[in-house]
Amino acid sequence: MSAKGLDCDKKEVGMSEQNVCACGAAPKLVFACSGAADVGAVADQAARKMTRDGTGKMFCLAGIGGRVSGIMATTAAASKVLAIDGCPLNCVKLTLEQAGFSGFEHLQLADLGMEKGKTPLSPEAVEQAAAAGAAKLAC
Amino acid sequence: MKKIQILGTGCPKCKTLFANAEAAVKAAGIEAEVVKIDQIAEIMKFGVMITPALAVDGVVKSAGKVLSADDIKKFLV
Repeated sequence: MSAKGLDCDKKEVGMSEQNVCACGAAPKLVFACSGAADVGAVADQAARKMTRDGTGKMFCLAGIGGRVSGIMATTAAASKVLAIDGCPLNCVKLTLEQAGFSGFEHLQLADLGMEKGKTPLSPEAVEQAAAAGAAKLAC
Repeated sequence: MKKIQILGTGCPKCKTLFANAEAAVKAAGIEAEVVKIDQIAEIMKFGVMITPALAVDGVVKSAGKVLSADDIKKFLV
């Protein structure tokens, strides 16, 4: 996880150039199923691409499953949350819901025509999924 | 003795949360240590990406909020 996400607008909080703080900007978090199937790999790579592109920040779904307190509290404080599920089992959606989260955005790769077992990991598939995810997180 | 950890890099919100935590300890009448954790690498070990955050005995109770002393007191009693 990059510390870049902890930077905030220095003007807004009057910080010095050397100082950073994470008070200003609640991030848009992205959880991917990162499952074993090909579409799980696409979901995973799409979330990582969104992080690189700055359209969201990938966060650890396992931390939600494990009820890791810092990850739970950060997720609760996020400005928006996106769940990317590779297949219709909707593991991310169910995991978040069982942890008590609601009102999050949901991207199901099957809705983009990506069929489990028939969608090899490719830059085109990742690009398509990341673009759809970015659209869901756009203000 | 409880340990209250204030996670933040030292901006006014973090300082206010620290002061509120000290006030909460006093109001609760318990023995507790309030400590600052201001290094980002240490903050991230908690899985926290939004500060200020507050943890009690290593368990994060809130992130991204300046809790009042009354709110913090609820975690202590």
